[in-house]
Amino acid sequence: MKDLLKILVCGSVDDGKSTLIGHLLYNCNCIYLDQKDNLIQESKKSQEELDYSLLLDGLNDERKQKITIDVAYRYFNTNKRSFIIADAPGHEEYTRNMAVGASNSQVAVILIDVTNPLLSQTKRHLHICHMFGIKDFIFVVNKMDLVNYKKQEFLKVQNLLITYLKKLDISSYNIIPISAKAGENLNKPSPKMPWYKKDDFLTTLEKIDVNTKSLFQDFCFNVQRVSRPNSNFRGYQGPVISGQVKNGDELLSLPSHQKVKIIKLYAPDKQVEQASKDMQITLQLDREIDLSRGDFLVKKDTFIYGNMFSCDLLWTDDEALNLNQTYLLKINTKIVNVTITNINYLYDINTDTKKSVSTIDKNAIFNCDILLQEKIVCDLFSKNQNLGRFILINPLSNQTSAAGIIKSQLNSKYIYAQNLTIDRSKRSEMKNQKPVTFWLTGLSASGKSTIANELEKYLVTLKKHTMLLDGDNIRLGLNQDLGFSLNDRAENLRRVSEVAKLLNDAGLICITSFISPLQKNREQARKIIGDNFVEIYIKTPLDVCIKRDIKHIYDKARQGIIKDFTGISSPFEEPTNPEIIVDNTKPLPEVMNDLITKIEKYL
Amino acid sequence: MDHLDRLEAEAIYIIREVVEECSNPVMLYSVGKDSSVMLHLALKAFYPEKPPFPFLHIDTTWKFKEMIEFRDKISAKYGINMIVYTNEEGLKNNINPFDHSSAYTDIMKTQALKQALDKYKFTAAFGGARRDEEKSRAKERIFSFRDKNHSWNPKKQRCEFWNLYNTRINDNESIRVFPLSNWTEKDIWQYIKRENIEVVPLYYAKKRPVVKRNGNLIMVDDERFKLLPGEKIVQETVRFRTLGCYPLTGAFKSNATTLDEIIKETLEAKYSERISRVIDHEKNTSMEQRKREGYF
Repeated sequence: MKDLLKILVCGSVDDGKSTLIGHLLYNCNCIYLDQKDNLIQESKKSQEELDYSLLLDGLNDERKQKITIDVAYRYFNTNKRSFIIADAPGHEEYTRNMAVGASNSQVAVILIDVTNPLLSQTKRHLHICHMFGIKDFIFVVNKMDLVNYKKQEFLKVQNLLITYLKKLDISSYNIIPISAKAGENLNKPSPKMPWYKKDDFLTTLEKIDVNTKSLFQDFCFNVQRVSRPNSNFRGYQGPVISGQVKNGDELLSLPSHQKVKIIKLYAPDKQVEQASKDMQITLQLDREIDLSRGDFLVKKDTFIYGNMFSCDLLWTDDEALNLNQTYLLKINTKIVNVTITNINYLYDINTDTKKSVSTIDKNAIFNCDILLQEKIVCDLFSKNQNLGRFILINPLSNQTSAAGIIKSQLNSKYIYAQNLTIDRSKRSEMKNQKPVTFWLTGLSASGKSTIANELEKYLVTLKKHTMLLDGDNIRLGLNQDLGFSLNDRAENLRRVSEVAKLLNDAGLICITSFISPLQKNREQARKIIGDNFVEIYIKTPLDVCIKRDIKHIYDKARQGIIKDFTGISSPFEEPTNPEIIVDNTKPLPEVMNDLITKIEKYL
Repeated sequence: MDHLDRLEAEAIYIIREVVEECSNPVMLYSVGKDSSVMLHLALKAFYPEKPPFPFLHIDTTWKFKEMIEFRDKISAKYGINMIVYTNEEGLKNNINPFDHSSAYTDIMKTQALKQALDKYKFTAAFGGARRDEEKSRAKERIFSFRDKNHSWNPKKQRCEFWNLYNTRINDNESIRVFPLSNWTEKDIWQYIKRENIEVVPLYYAKKRPVVKRNGNLIMVDDERFKLLPGEKIVQETVRFRTLGCYPLTGAFKSNATTLDEIIKETLEAKYSERISRVIDHEKNTSMEQRKREGYF
């Protein structure tokens, strides 16, 4: 029996994917006569030559609009192999459908227009295939007929491509010049390109070896179902995800970590002595243990058991990512509640750079941290694809919101603080000062920035080494990825607290100027910064703030133009026990004199 | 594992996922070769347990007699719960394939299926359709979601990654699940042979009474078949490539009486299997249209 190869054909819109497959099937006589008649009839409607893409574009809208909307699967075989070809849409709008095809394929064929190579959609497809773990690529440089089959034109594109693939660390690929429309180099060598000495497209497909070196080899069985038709039988049914198993083998249950022995093995309905990767089996064990759907049986535990991960995600939902929502994560046969705790970066295909963003929309490729409600057995995708990939489901709409892979485990319990020889006291000694953080809190326009600035000027006259952290400035840089939701505000202040602590460690006196509206925000800052934390409440009544508001932001907040505005549409909790209270209704020189007296004891 | 092993394993995994995650599944049983394979896979998937769901046959009352006999024999043999449903309203109005052509398919097949699914409140229905049958089918996901009118929206298909099937639905929605999506007609026959699966004898060549009508050879299965002027019944050695309602299913001349001969004919076939279905090739996109209307 022949082996089966699953191929994805992708690339930018109009690069000729459907034409390539359609023409290949036609040339290989894989089209029935009635389908051929239909094609001839339909092609005549619009053009003289046969429009092979009509063989693939099966939806009404696709044929009307002449674009591929969703992935089509075609089946054919040659004397050497059986193939399943997934014909992916090229349009950016339908990237997620292309990704569906990628997730079900072993080899990616990426079309490139010789006259217009490496478009952003080509790169996007390449990235998704790469992210989804496809190791083998065939790059088909199409439309050679438009450049008169010239070798130099092909080489130009080939060089461009090789440089780009190096960057992505892709090493297993073929690059083939073809004309899908004219049928050159599809299933036989092209007389028009005698300079091309390697295999034609179909021969390449027949010969390509799927890279299996990196596959995880140890035995792993996933419990898909517990079968208990009567009190005499309890069987665990599911797929062998990797490796091999024999009747009588001792196994370990995960996550319950109990030892068991196989007493009967069925694959799937016949009693067998052994089973291997991808087979569906039923196992009977020597004793009853804690084992249910989603759990695993393995020979040795080399897996991760955790609940915090850094992941690459492809967002597939029409609704944007909501950081305040709980999603469902399905990994193998397990479903767990999950929240995305942080968007680390968006991968910008156009510039090949990582970008800080606060929103994620459909088709975005990004990296984020996730937190699961319970710990799961899983693995890094790079090590074990089956245990390292998942989908996210929006439980409100039931849509599949994302496809993701686990990049690394995050777990603070494995991170230990390093003791450094040069410490805070050494550094502050050199500066001849005591490090301290003056944490100014108060309403918007209460005068925090002005007072902070005056305070720093005063400290400098005393030859103190200082650093001022101001709300707006930090949001323009360090915290530009954060918004103004309660969660983002809390994260903003957590980061500022950590920075203040680092500045104190460096021996500096730090002044911070943030609204920090909630008692719990300030408590957290106090906890992070420690003994050197001095909370200064700039007490200015709301009506005075509004009167002094030269930026008119209170007006905008009242009109609803600015949402979540402290004092108007978002609460400000007065500090319950600040070290210093500044009454800022008085003239500035008076205020400063008062403050300078009060801070003396902290210096 | 060879090609058929892989297809079998994939289908079994899908069938089990539905049973684990969907509240009220059913397996559609049309008596044809694909249904025979699907039933076989369901028996394997849960062995030694019986398939933990009922089967549903939409009986238009115009199926071949041999199909009905076969259905009852198989149900008894495996002890499965076979629900037979007919659109009684359509029956009362004498909706039939001779007088009502396309309305017949809608009322006795599509509407009947929708009525049955609603009546029993099934949330997921397995179907034996394959992607290689037709080009809109080639676009359909394995888990195909239907709204409260059982309508398919091909422009808004839910993403389906790896084998991580998202089976969640809103109230009143349902799923059609196609475990044989990736099988071809050849795979079906090769698997039937390998697993020694029993199929309706109509697939084997035999002398049968047929009438030539509109280029199709239609078998005269009962007295409801009315001859048109000039038509006459002839005995021909024929068999069927697909099965449905007898007045809408074309036979073809063949001498294939064994599975090996059937496989050989399938491998050498010049026309697709859909050509024998009288209703399919009315319009190029008629399948997609019927799916939008709630056909499975």
